[in-house]
Amino acid sequence: MNKSAFRKSAGTVALVSAAALVLAGCASDGGEAGSGNGKITLTVATFNDFGYTDALLKEYSDAHPNVTVVHNRAATSNDARANYFQKLGKSGLADIEAIEVDWLPEVMKYSDMLAPVPEKLHDRWLDWKVNAATDSDKNLIGYGTDIGPEAICYRGDLFAEAGLPTDRAEVTALLTGGWDKYFEVGNEYTTKTGKPFFDSAGGTYQGMINQVEAAYENPKTGDVTATENPDVRKIYDEVLAASKTQSAKLGQWSDDWNAGLADGAFATMLCPGWMLGVIEGNAKNVTGWDIANVFPGGGGNWGGSYLTVPAKGKNVEAAQELADWLTAPEQQIKAFSNSGNFPSQNEALTNATLLEATNEYFNNAPIGSIFSERAQAVTLSPFKGEKYFQINDAMQKALTRVEEGTQDADTSWKQWVSEVKAIK
Amino acid sequence: MSSSTTAPGGARSRPRAARRVGFGGGLSRWDLKLSPYLYISPFFILFAVVGLFPIAFTAVISFMEWDLVRGTGEFIGFEQYAYVLGQPKFWLALRNTFSIFLLSSVPQLIVAVFIASLLDKNIRAKTFWRMGVLVPYVMAPVAVALIFSNMFGDRYGIINTLIQTIGLEPIPWHSNAFFSHVAIATMVNFRWTGYNILILLAAMQAVSRDYYEAATVDGAGPIRQFFSITLPSLKPTLIFVIITSTIGGLQIFDEPRMYDRPGTGGPNSQWLTISLYLYNTGWGEWNFGRAAALAWILFIIILLIGVINLFVTRNLVRDEGGHRPPTRRERRIAARDRAAVSAAVAPSSNSQEVSR
Repeated sequence: MNKSAFRKSAGTVALVSAAALVLAGCASDGGEAGSGNGKITLTVATFNDFGYTDALLKEYSDAHPNVTVVHNRAATSNDARANYFQKLGKSGLADIEAIEVDWLPEVMKYSDMLAPVPEKLHDRWLDWKVNAATDSDKNLIGYGTDIGPEAICYRGDLFAEAGLPTDRAEVTALLTGGWDKYFEVGNEYTTKTGKPFFDSAGGTYQGMINQVEAAYENPKTGDVTATENPDVRKIYDEVLAASKTQSAKLGQWSDDWNAGLADGAFATMLCPGWMLGVIEGNAKNVTGWDIANVFPGGGGNWGGSYLTVPAKGKNVEAAQELADWLTAPEQQIKAFSNSGNFPSQNEALTNATLLEATNEYFNNAPIGSIFSERAQAVTLSPFKGEKYFQINDAMQKALTRVEEGTQDADTSWKQWVSEVKAIK
Repeated sequence: MSSSTTAPGGARSRPRAARRVGFGGGLSRWDLKLSPYLYISPFFILFAVVGLFPIAFTAVISFMEWDLVRGTGEFIGFEQYAYVLGQPKFWLALRNTFSIFLLSSVPQLIVAVFIASLLDKNIRAKTFWRMGVLVPYVMAPVAVALIFSNMFGDRYGIINTLIQTIGLEPIPWHSNAFFSHVAIATMVNFRWTGYNILILLAAMQAVSRDYYEAATVDGAGPIRQFFSITLPSLKPTLIFVIITSTIGGLQIFDEPRMYDRPGTGGPNSQWLTISLYLYNTGWGEWNFGRAAALAWILFIIILLIGVINLFVTRNLVRDEGGHRPPTRRERRIAARDRAAVSAAVAPSSNSQEVSR
């Protein structure tokens, strides 16, 4: 063999070994969850804070010695969402994947790719929690974890300045009724103090539209009905009429809104359980925030999550068992103690630990019993189809345009209509 | 792999195989013909896998109604392109992209040239100042955007607070399209000015100091020296800087995305840029067919601007070496001059041949 031939064959060897390395690299991620001696590893992927601490998960592996539970936490629900849809049709998802109601309609489109929840568990959760995650074949695809029943948060000190009652029970009585009642009180507050009553039209609208059974789409056909639905226009007009004088016009989650929470820029806001932490985090030194056991127009829910088991996983049955255990009332009560996530299980709502929970920052309000009652006041699960979030996002922008003063209500509505018509 | 690399050379070398003398002749000829291609092949293979394939696949998807999760699509022709071009949002995004690009690149380059010329002078602690201008470039763009969005808050932002303390009306940084572009351009400028300063500074240092000495002897002041020596010698570098900032400016994404909380370009698409629109379509609506069509439209726009840049460059740069072939106009003038000279010497039909 001469020199060049040697060089060539050496090159071939190098190429083959490089290819082998690449292949080995690809293969290594598949072999881990293998089941030697019946031992399995289950992965659980969540985001933010579900309250599933290592100690809680250890309880499960102690009771099931053959199971190792690995918990991966994504920073935000958006990261989890991107990951979920990239891998759902392929591979690489955890055995149990958490999803948020915000993207539940998108998940429902692929409900056939998820292992359904066994029928015997269906009455564990509140009806509306189950209905929202049940597909047209009557398969429930998510194990409910937490919910966001809404109450009204208010600034007791600002109420006092306006001559309104400050006591929790009195405020509850004052605000009981429909949205017209809420805006009426707002009008009184604004006239007396000259200061805004609620944070933004967008946030308030969200609470109102969530009480409409089928706001934007026909549940049977999936056709977009948003622009012709008189309820939508009525709410739009109502909230914008009040917004003129009563809104602080601070878009939710904006930097100005964060600052406004501490600054007293508005006196009330719609308040699901998880919002308490947001308010406290942004307004540490403010003492006036309190919470009233009332929500205009009946109950309302904002947010919440489910656990899903992708049907392509390696250990689907073991994963279903773990998801069942994690979302059982006992474990969700522990999760509530860990992170404040409000449980969605019927039994958990009457649990003593939950009912006794109070929040020091909110003037020692009995938040456990308040949110338990607010959860039971929710009666319907609004239909959210595939296009719900695009339509709703456009609506939020329409409201913001009016609040910012760049368009009047009619122009903005017309632009929204044309935007909704363009969605396809 | 080997079959594809031998293909071009194979056809030509086969007829000569009869003249092969020994065993080694063929192989060494192969070695001669193939090796160069093999040596450079890693780049092209890698480029084909991570560059060419995604570009081509994007083109395929852009003609489809694509479902990412199921990995299936339905061929629909140019419908996605037609939809995108028919959307007022797209044209708004195009307007915003160019507006932000101009608002950032133009002041940025002017300031960069000015600061670079200051740093080019004899100042104390040279390295400190030179490294100092690069600090913003090292910061993560998202961090920069977060801090600036906070400063540009409409009500509680530090800038509006300052403006109000001196008795002016607060500026609507978000609701007004122009001011939102100014704010976003500020973030871009903060990050990229330092980078451009360093490149321009390097070019300035390459200018021979003899010119300045001569100019000083001739009595030219610093301003005259800047406009007559520094600026003309910077031209090639300026062209480079302009092209890179054009490409970067047309793809601007981080800053508008981080400018408000939803990150979708504002309630009336005031600061929606093309790449942000693309992201919203792909990752917000999971409509990858349409996002792919948008990506191709953006690609074509950048290509067009690149070609325009190329022409502008050709006409602007006069590099001192003179290796550039003369333009047609110059050739014509030269020919006319020659003709005039030779005509004066010997007015005959082959005058040009003679004069050469």
